Amino acid sequence: MAINKVVSGADEAVKDIPDNAVLMLGGFGLCGIPENCITALIKKGVTGLTCISNNAGVDEFGIGLMLKTRQVKKMISSYVGENAEFERQLLSGELEVELIPQGTLAERVRAGGAGIPLFATPTGFGTEVAEGKDTIEVEGKMYVMEKWLKADFAIVKAWKGDTMGNLIYRGTARNFNPMMATAGKITIAEVEELVEPGELDPNQIHTPGIFVQRIFQGNNYEKRIEQRTVRK
Amino acid sequence: MGLDKFQIAKRIARELKDGYYVNLGIGIPTLVANYIPEGVNVVLQSENGLLGMGPFPYENEVDPDMINAGKQTITTLPGSSIFSSSDSFAMIRGGHVDLTILGAMEVSENGDIANWKIPGKMVKGMGGAMDLVASTDNIIVAMMHTNKEGESKLLPQCELPLTGKNCITKVVTDLGYFEIIDGAFHLKELAPGVTVEEVKAKTAGKLVVEEGVKEMVF
Repeated sequence: MAINKVVSGADEAVKDIPDNAVLMLGGFGLCGIPENCITALIKKGVTGLTCISNNAGVDEFGIGLMLKTRQVKKMISSYVGENAEFERQLLSGELEVELIPQGTLAERVRAGGAGIPLFATPTGFGTEVAEGKDTIEVEGKMYVMEKWLKADFAIVKAWKGDTMGNLIYRGTARNFNPMMATAGKITIAEVEELVEPGELDPNQIHTPGIFVQRIFQGNNYEKRIEQRTVRK
Repeated sequence: MGLDKFQIAKRIARELKDGYYVNLGIGIPTLVANYIPEGVNVVLQSENGLLGMGPFPYENEVDPDMINAGKQTITTLPGSSIFSSSDSFAMIRGGHVDLTILGAMEVSENGDIANWKIPGKMVKGMGGAMDLVASTDNIIVAMMHTNKEGESKLLPQCELPLTGKNCITKVVTDLGYFEIIDGAFHLKELAPGVTVEEVKAKTAGKLVVEEGVKEMVF
């Protein structure tokens, strides 16, 4: 018998996420976000969450929906420009926000999953991002020391997955999902298509199943587009 | 007079070299893609995880799983590749991207750049800008010479929070093409119809007018 990580759906996948948990949520803008789990978290009503995610959704979709219900205490993101409710809560002090350069965010998450507590990056040296952090000179150039990021629960969205938790992403919906999958104490994967072991080509796996604890086939994906831009 | 944003993009496009991997920021930099000189092959990098960014899709090609860093729908090209955000910034930080073109609110005479935050007003975040400016020696800033209030954006020191320090060497504005050398803006080319006096009047930072400065030809 193969290892089986399948849960019945989003409600079961998030059922033990407590108030004040630290979450990672994959996605870039609204692309590759775990839509089903966000809906389940809103239904569950869990509060005081710290959400690590590149963006904060928009007013009517994604993490923006959880901001509206005041379930988020703190956001850790690189860019939050598309969300008026976010900006309002931030300026009024209701929401705590840590803004991190996008590459540093990606690497801090990667480091968290890879067991690297500290690393040095050129990004942000001489800016307010480096305030309060150690710096180090290596071969004549200055670097900022940055710390890993880890989460109680990492929630990712993939295109295909198997019951052992192996994942394949599609297009630019990959983005932060592979690193976040490695950095959760519990990693939840929602996929568009769930298959049996052996049906995915091992050469094409992006996230090996070892990183994933729970998986389910999601439904009713909206995949909203923020900036529909076409040529004629 | 001076250049419009399309002409700024057109002038910058002349800095593209065959074989370059290029990251284009949002705004004027995006327009550079429309003026890539004939015979010059470049690969566009989008930091959300795409190399070989193609044109916008036709209506029937729109795919919500395919966007660029500005969250616009986009297509791939033959030879494109898709990867994670950490691989993307490995390309950027690792110095594999040959040229970065981005906008700015302020640039200082020693090459500092500010383009991400107006305290108390704009709190959108820096996105990938800090990583991009910290990672390559070849950065071109595309911006208007003055802000909406008519104040110079080429300054002795940036007043807004910095995006990066000592990292900018080339600036193209509506008034001309400048290189930052030894703590001064060197005027290398004038925009058509713009006088040296106008550039002097609108540049708050230290300005060096190179002898025999030429007018850009379009």
